[in-house]
Amino acid sequence: MGYPHAPHARETLVLSKYFGDREAIGLDGWRKRGGYVALEKALGMTPADIVAIVKDSGLRGRGGAGFPTGLKWSFMKPGDGKPHYLCCNADESEPGTFKDREIMRWTPHALIEGCAIGAYAIGAETAYIYIRGEFTEPLARMEAAVREARAAGIIGPNAMGTGKRVDVWVHKGAGAYICGEETAMMNSLEGRRGNPRIKPPFPAVAGVFGQPTTINNVETLAAVPHILNNGAEWYKKFSRPDNPKSTGTKLWSVCGNVARPGNYEVVMGFPFKDFLYDLCGGPLPGRKFKAVIPGGSSVPIMNMEEAEAALMDYEGMVAKGSMLGSAGCIVIDDAQCMVKQIARLARFYAHESCAQCTQCREGTAWTTKIMERIEAGQGTVADFDTLLEIGDNMTGKTICVLSDSCAVPVVSGIQKWRHEFEAHITGKRCPFRTAAAA
Amino acid sequence: MADVKTINLTIEGRPVAVAEGTSLLEAARTVGVLIPHYCYHPGLPVAGVCRMCLVEVEKAPKLAPACATSVAEGQVVHVHSEPAREARKGVLEMLLINHPLDCPICDQAGECELQDYTFQEGRKDSRYKEPKRFNPVEDFGGDVMYVPNRCILCTRCVRFMDDVAQDPVLNVSERGDRAYIGKFEEKDLTHPWAGNVVELCPVGALLSKDFLNKARAWELDRTASICPNCTQGCNAIIETRDNVVVRMRPRANADVNEYFLCDAGRLDYRWMNGQNRLDLPKARQGGALADADWDVALGAAAAAIRGKRTVVVASPMLSNETLHLLARLIKATGGAGAFRVATGPEAPLPGVKDLALRAERAANVAGAELMGFTKTDTPFSGLVDGDVLVIADHTVTDADLAAANRAGAVVVIGTTMPAGLSRVEAVLPITNFSEEEGTFTNLRGRVQRFLQAKAAPGLARPSWFVLSDLLASLGQATDYFVPSDVFTALASSHAEFAGLSYDTIGLRGLPVLGAAQAAGAAP
Repeated sequence: MGYPHAPHARETLVLSKYFGDREAIGLDGWRKRGGYVALEKALGMTPADIVAIVKDSGLRGRGGAGFPTGLKWSFMKPGDGKPHYLCCNADESEPGTFKDREIMRWTPHALIEGCAIGAYAIGAETAYIYIRGEFTEPLARMEAAVREARAAGIIGPNAMGTGKRVDVWVHKGAGAYICGEETAMMNSLEGRRGNPRIKPPFPAVAGVFGQPTTINNVETLAAVPHILNNGAEWYKKFSRPDNPKSTGTKLWSVCGNVARPGNYEVVMGFPFKDFLYDLCGGPLPGRKFKAVIPGGSSVPIMNMEEAEAALMDYEGMVAKGSMLGSAGCIVIDDAQCMVKQIARLARFYAHESCAQCTQCREGTAWTTKIMERIEAGQGTVADFDTLLEIGDNMTGKTICVLSDSCAVPVVSGIQKWRHEFEAHITGKRCPFRTAAAA
Repeated sequence: MADVKTINLTIEGRPVAVAEGTSLLEAARTVGVLIPHYCYHPGLPVAGVCRMCLVEVEKAPKLAPACATSVAEGQVVHVHSEPAREARKGVLEMLLINHPLDCPICDQAGECELQDYTFQEGRKDSRYKEPKRFNPVEDFGGDVMYVPNRCILCTRCVRFMDDVAQDPVLNVSERGDRAYIGKFEEKDLTHPWAGNVVELCPVGALLSKDFLNKARAWELDRTASICPNCTQGCNAIIETRDNVVVRMRPRANADVNEYFLCDAGRLDYRWMNGQNRLDLPKARQGGALADADWDVALGAAAAAIRGKRTVVVASPMLSNETLHLLARLIKATGGAGAFRVATGPEAPLPGVKDLALRAERAANVAGAELMGFTKTDTPFSGLVDGDVLVIADHTVTDADLAAANRAGAVVVIGTTMPAGLSRVEAVLPITNFSEEEGTFTNLRGRVQRFLQAKAAPGLARPSWFVLSDLLASLGQATDYFVPSDVFTALASSHAEFAGLSYDTIGLRGLPVLGAAQAAGAAP
C-alpha cells in the first residue's frame, strides 16, 4: 500500500490504492476514483449473476476462515419469505490485524459499495456494519460516509434510483474480542451479551434476529466492487499458477520486531521470505528473526525455517504448519523471550473468553497462570504435560474456537521452543531478563 | 403427532427409536443411558455451555454436545468411549480448579452433581497449583444466597429467570474465569417462583436461606407428596429428618408443575411440625373434657351425634378419602357440610402453561366440593339450634364462635383444639397431611396421591381411620383397612371418580371426569 510508507514496487495495489489519500475519504473524491460504478452495474444485474461472478472469482473470506464467498452467498435462498440480512464484520479484534481499520479510515465508501452489492446479491435490504468499540476514527469516517451515501441516494429506499432498497447501518460494538466471532457478533448486534451461539442453526438459516444472515469481513466486501468492475478472470490472475484455490490480492498487517511495520497488499502466493526481508525491510539492526505468527494470534507460530519456505496464500501457510488466518503478521526477533510472548497471548485469551464453555473459561486462565509461572522461573517439568493436556482439552470441544486459539500458540510454542521453556525451568529465571539486566 | 418422523439410532449399543428433533441426551435417557450434564435441564432452553455431555458420534469429526445435537438416522453414539470419557474428565478437572472443595460445610454435599460426576468419572487428583479465584458470598434476595466460589456458571438460574419466570434478574457478569452470576441493579430474587433456582443449581452455589445448615442431604428421608398450600396441586417431595419436615421440593410432573414449586408453597411446611397438637382423645366427663381412651372418646362422639342433625365444617386440606367419610356421616344424619378457604394473590409462572400459585390456598377445594361440601365465608352459618357440629380440622375464628356455639353439641376431629367452643362432647385427634396417606383433587380435577412422610404425635390416628371408626360406632358398615379401601369405596359411589384406584393413579395422578378414558388409553 503501503501507508504509512510509500508503496513497495512488488505490492499489487487494489484495495489499498488510496490509503493515505485524503480526497478518497469523501463521496466526491471517491466518485472521481471510480466509486459506485460497480454498484450501479450490480443493481442492473440479477442477484444470481452477481453470486456467480463472485463464485467464479475464487474470492474467499478474508476474516480468517477463508470460506468461499460466492458459495456462502448462495446459501441464502431467494424467495423464502423472510427478511435477509448482511452483516459486515468490522470487529477486527484479532491481535496483530489492522487492515480493515485502514480500509474504513481511507476508503469508507469502498466498504459501503461492497456492502450494498453483497446485500443485493443475497436478497437483503439491510446491511449492518459492526465496528469494534475501540475503532473511534474508523467509526466516525464510516458514519460520515453512510450519511453522505444516503443523502446522495446511493443507498436507502431507492438505491441509485433503481427502486431497490439497500440500507446500510453502522453499529458500534463495546470492544470485546469475541464479538469478532460471527454468532457472538449477531448477539451483540441484537443487544445481547456477545456470546457465541451453538451451530447449527447456521447464520444462513437463523442469523441476526433469527433470520437468514450472511456475515462477511470488511476486506472481503471491499474486494467485491473490483471483481464486478474487472471481472472474475482478472481477479483469478492474482494467484500462483499451481494453486487456483487462493485468488486475489491480500492485505497483510505486519507488526512486531521488523524494520517497516505496516499494511502491505500482495497477490496470493507471494513468497513469505521476500515479503519479510524485502517489503518489510527485514529485522531491526543487529537482530535476527526468530518466529512469525502469520495470521493473527490464533494461528500456530512458525519458526523461520517454516516461514521462509512459506507461500502467502491459504494453502501455502497450511503447508508450512500454520494458517493464513486474518493475515495479521506478528514478527518476533531473537531478543524476545518466547515464553513471555506466549504467556502474553494466553493472557489475552483468558481476558477475552466469554465464559460460556468450561474448557475455555477455566482453561485459558489456567494456561495463563502456568505460563506466567514458568516465565517467572517457577515452572516445573511436569508443566509441559499439563499444558499440552489442557491444550488438548481446549481444542475442538467448545462452541467457538477461542479456546482452540489459546491452545494453538502454547502447543506450537512448546513444540518449537521447548529449549527456552526448559531454560526458564532449570535456571529458575527468565534468561532474557537476565541478559537485559546485565 | 402422526407426521413426526421416527429416527432410529444406536446409543451405547442399544437401539433407540425417537421422534425427529430429539436431542441425543434425551434419546439416551429413553434407553436408560445417563449422559452426564450440568447446563442442560429439561425445563429450560438449551445452552450447550458446560460441555460435560460431549459424546462420540461415529463419523463425526468432533465430539458432540449431546444436549444440543439432534438425533440423526443411523447414528452410532458412544457415551463411555475413551475420547468421550477423557473429554468429560477434562471438563471435571477444569470445573474443580476454581471450586473450593468445601463439601464438608456445603449444603449441597450429598446431592451435588459435581460431587457425583467427579466420583463417577473424574480424576483422583488435581494438577492445579495456582491460587483459586475468590468472590464473596452474596444475598440474592428472596430465599436465595449465592456462593460464587462454588458456581460452575451453567447458567440454569439465569435461563430460569429469563425464560421461565420471565423476570430477568440474573446475568453472567464479567468474562473468562472472573465470570460470576450477577444481579441487575436494584433487582432481587423476589419473584414468587424464584426459589426454583436453588433446585436448578447443580452445585452448592445457590442455596436456600431457609434450609441453610439445617441438615445433610444423606440424613433426609424423602416422601412423594403433593404441595398442600394451594389448589394447583404441585407434585412435591417432603423431606424429613428425625420425624421433622425440613424441606419441601418440587417433584417433576409434566402435567401439573413440570419441575417447579413456588416459594410460598415450598416454604410453608412448618405447620406440619406444629407443637400445639392434639395427641390424646378426650371425652366430656363430669362437665369437663378429660383425656380418654379412643373407645371412650369415639363412644362419646357417637352418642352426641346419634339421632341429631349433624353439620360438618371440614377443612379443605383434608383428603378425598376423609371428606368422603365425612360426607357419609352427613348423609347418615341428614345434615350439611361446608368449608371456608383462605385466599391470597394468584402468582403465575409465565413460562409454564396453567401453572400458578393459586388464589385459594388449600389443597383440596375441588375434592371438598365434589364430596358435597359448600364453599362459603361463613361455614358455621348453617347451624340451627340443637344441631351437632362436627369440626373436622377446620379453623374457628372469633367471628365464627357465635354461630358455632348455637350447636347443641360439638365434636372436634382435628390436629389442634380450636379456642372458645362450648359444649364440646368429644375430641378425636387426627394426623395432619404429612402424617397420613390419601389423595387430593386439584383445581383442574386431577386426583393425586400423597404418602405418609412422618409419624403422628401421641395417640393421633389417620383421619380416614378415625372417621371409619366413628361411622362404625354409629352402626354404619365400614371395612377399611388401608386408605386405598376408602378410595375404592369413594370411586364406586362417585361417578366422577369411576375407574380410578391408587394403582391407576400412581404417583403422577389422573384427572377425574374422563378418568375412565385416560385409564383405558394407558397401555
